[in-house]
Amino acid sequence: MTGTLLAALAATGTLLLAAGFVLGRLAARREGRDGLDLGTPVERATFHTLHTASLAAPPLRAGLTEDTARKAARRLRPLLGTEALALTDRTAVLAWDGTGGHHAEQVGEYVAQVLASGRGQSVRAGCADPGCPLRWAVIAPLTGEEGVVGALVAYGSHESAVLVRAATEVARWVSVQLELAELDLSRTRLIEAEIRALRAQISPHFVYNSLAAIASFVRTDPERARELLLEFADFTRYSFRRHGDFAQLADELRAIEQYLALAGARFGDRLQVTLQVAPEVLPVTLPFLCLQPLVENAVKHGLEDSRRTCRITIAARDAGAEAVVTIEDDGVGMDPDVLRAVLAGERPQSSGIGLPNVDERLRQVYGDDYGLVVETGIDAGMKVTVRVPKYRAGVHRDPP
Amino acid sequence: MNQTYAMAAVAAVVAATVLIGSLGLRISRTTSDFYVASRSVKPALNAAAISGEYLSAASFLGIAGLVLLQGPAMLWYPVGYTAGYLVLLVLVAAPLRRSGAYTLSDFAEARLESPYVRRLASLFVVGIGWLYLLPQLQGAGLTLEVLTGAPDWFGGLLVALVVTGAVAAGGMRSITFVQAFQYWLKLTALLLPALFLVTAWVADDAPRARFDAPAVFREHTSVRVDDTVRLALDAPLTVTVSGTVDSTTYDGRRTTLGEGLHRVEAGTTLGFPSGARVPERSPDPDDPLGWSGSLSGEPDGQRLYATYGLILATFLGTMGLPHVAVRFYTSPHGRAARRTTLVVLGLVGAFYLLPPVYGALGRIYAPELALTGDADAAVLVLPDRLVGGLAGELLGALLAGGAFAAFLSTASGLTMSVAGVLGQDVLPSRGVRHFRLATPLAMAVPLGLSVVATNVPVADAVGLAFAVSASSFCPLLVLGIWWRRLTPPGAVAGLLAGGGAALTAVMATRAGLAPDGWPHTLMAWPAVWSVPLGFLTMVGVSLATPRHVPPGTPATLARLHLPEGLIGRPHPEGAER
Repeated sequence: MTGTLLAALAATGTLLLAAGFVLGRLAARREGRDGLDLGTPVERATFHTLHTASLAAPPLRAGLTEDTARKAARRLRPLLGTEALALTDRTAVLAWDGTGGHHAEQVGEYVAQVLASGRGQSVRAGCADPGCPLRWAVIAPLTGEEGVVGALVAYGSHESAVLVRAATEVARWVSVQLELAELDLSRTRLIEAEIRALRAQISPHFVYNSLAAIASFVRTDPERARELLLEFADFTRYSFRRHGDFAQLADELRAIEQYLALAGARFGDRLQVTLQVAPEVLPVTLPFLCLQPLVENAVKHGLEDSRRTCRITIAARDAGAEAVVTIEDDGVGMDPDVLRAVLAGERPQSSGIGLPNVDERLRQVYGDDYGLVVETGIDAGMKVTVRVPKYRAGVHRDPP
Repeated sequence: MNQTYAMAAVAAVVAATVLIGSLGLRISRTTSDFYVASRSVKPALNAAAISGEYLSAASFLGIAGLVLLQGPAMLWYPVGYTAGYLVLLVLVAAPLRRSGAYTLSDFAEARLESPYVRRLASLFVVGIGWLYLLPQLQGAGLTLEVLTGAPDWFGGLLVALVVTGAVAAGGMRSITFVQAFQYWLKLTALLLPALFLVTAWVADDAPRARFDAPAVFREHTSVRVDDTVRLALDAPLTVTVSGTVDSTTYDGRRTTLGEGLHRVEAGTTLGFPSGARVPERSPDPDDPLGWSGSLSGEPDGQRLYATYGLILATFLGTMGLPHVAVRFYTSPHGRAARRTTLVVLGLVGAFYLLPPVYGALGRIYAPELALTGDADAAVLVLPDRLVGGLAGELLGALLAGGAFAAFLSTASGLTMSVAGVLGQDVLPSRGVRHFRLATPLAMAVPLGLSVVATNVPVADAVGLAFAVSASSFCPLLVLGIWWRRLTPPGAVAGLLAGGGAALTAVMATRAGLAPDGWPHTLMAWPAVWSVPLGFLTMVGVSLATPRHVPPGTPATLARLHLPEGLIGRPHPEGAER
């Protein structure tokens, strides 16, 4: 009897609690809606302006072309509240928004004047059509890093100082966006140049050390010396190749093998290497020379302590739609905080541009999900994991 | 049949698969004598792997069952399953490899540069994968039921658990070796007993299988009917009955059933005298899945149509099977992919010589299977019938092991493909963990369906997956590779019209919604109309939207068709060793 009563009480209690919770939430929401402060009319106008400007920004950030100008002009005209608005580059009208497209021919003259003077101006737009609302034109220059890159032309029905002021300010804002676009572009170029730099880069130490090691075999073991020289030739040929940003994993592993053969000639038995490769992933395409720097890193860490031998394990395995390559050494390892700083580019790595550059390139090609994963600690060795999707649009080993 | 041997064989196959899959034949050496780059998968090994993954329950059990039921017309199945690779070899293999695509969705994206086409292709990959997984699970259930008397959902659940576990735990690490092993296992498991069976058959004065007349019982046979069936007799038949026939209960009495339809309740045992004709099972109007006899008791026109439907579906459907397409990625280049396909043709062709032998022998020695609806079990029961004794049991165990290899290999390949696509394109975000989540999902849906839908002959059910694949991916692949004016809207429209129509028809048939007669035949064998529909829509819409031709088309097509060495690889002079 008491059991049933208790159960009923508990059930009622739970129900009441739930109902109260829901009621409370509803009340809170309604109160929030009523009490929402939308600001004064001036503030609201400011918000509106900022919002419109933010909509115009993304197309402009891609640079000044017909397509982006058209999209931006559509947003900028409400901002100025004019009948018509045109964006031009140094030679031609890129986009015309609003009425009176027949004025587009005049614009060329204005732009020529602005280009010559570098200053904005306000002129009477002579129009044969008495019904045409476009009477005055305000021309404001758009400037980039290398001077005037184009002009913003706003048309009004009468001469107005407000329109002149507003058009000048908007043109200045557009200029800033265009400069940012140029900045983006130069950053992309920088990364491309960096990749090119990494590709061409075999460490000079490596060349010197390899040749010295080979020289030491010339008398004692000429056959071995010849083999090593051929490995050296093959390795440099592969590394210096000029075409293509991508290579097959099989070719990359071959280059690593040659590299290790040369390193092994120098360090002898102190360098022990194990390879575990699933044959399924050999055809995977990945960025050119993105594994060799990691192996070089492992060799360096492993042999830093000059007394002990170094064991390096390179494994490539199949994981469904991805290939996973791990490079592991049992060397001196690294402080994770230092490594984090190095990868973030805050601190120059003592040895070449290895890890951060590979990380950057992988992220650039495959997105941030595919950066390097490094597990390390001081005196705990280091394990670097690279994940590569088997297919990614735009990644081809032989660009035509 | 002694269950111990069979169970041991099944357990051994499962253990070997999991072991090779997880530990793998790893290549592990030091650098001194080892050139890893030259160790790519050779065409012979890859071909064995493709064959191993391809030869499913439909091939191992289903074809023999259909030949037993319906005679030599069913030989189009093995012919079609093999000839699909010929089409693949000629039209698709090398360009598909050169495209760099791993899955069929990747190919759609690479060729048409559109995420929408990719999404749609992914949906079809998942659909075809599920349609194909379903009969694998049902076949596993049937096998275990015949072998051990376990309930028929148990085998499917076992396969589902093993495969999901192995795939989710880290993929099949060395899947090429596992699948190649499975191929040779399946071939051995079918070839060795076949030799014994044929020897026994010759020793029995080589009786002829008659396909033009009803089969006859060679000796006194009791048949237990597990599901209620309706028998159509065209002559009076004298049998002993314990159970209920035509709502009259008998207890082991001899009785004569007159001409016409008779309803035999579940659980009844019929004893047929030696020389009696095996009664035909008649399609039951209450049983929505009774459509499977479509090729037998129907007018000649429909029969011919159905045969063409089968031929089109199997010839053109092979290229769109998700688990076959991904295997080509393992080839180092286009030429190797082509050579691989050639070897596959040989291996698969050799394998398909065997199931018809079982079918014909089953018609002679186990005709009652046609009555009970377990024709797919013909392969499994024959050794016991013909050879008997310990040898028969051991051969039966070998066949059971082979059958399980068939379920495991095809199911794991399909599950990996479906889970990969689910994780990458269908579920909201990407990542390794999502692959683990996607695996159970990839398996759960067909497992659930396999419990709901029963009684479809395994080979027929696989034929449905082929029909959908032939109507969707065949146009996409063939036009994508050979026609430069294909556009993304065209591809989408073609996939939806051809593949969508085939899928709808197939689903409606499986759900029993198709009316009898011609509509039923049209919907059960959609390939004849849905493949041209897919092609025409794709071509028509592409021609209507010429502005949407992807900008990279010339470059893509050049990459698909030129041998790898020709593009962008100038050899520095004197660099050869």
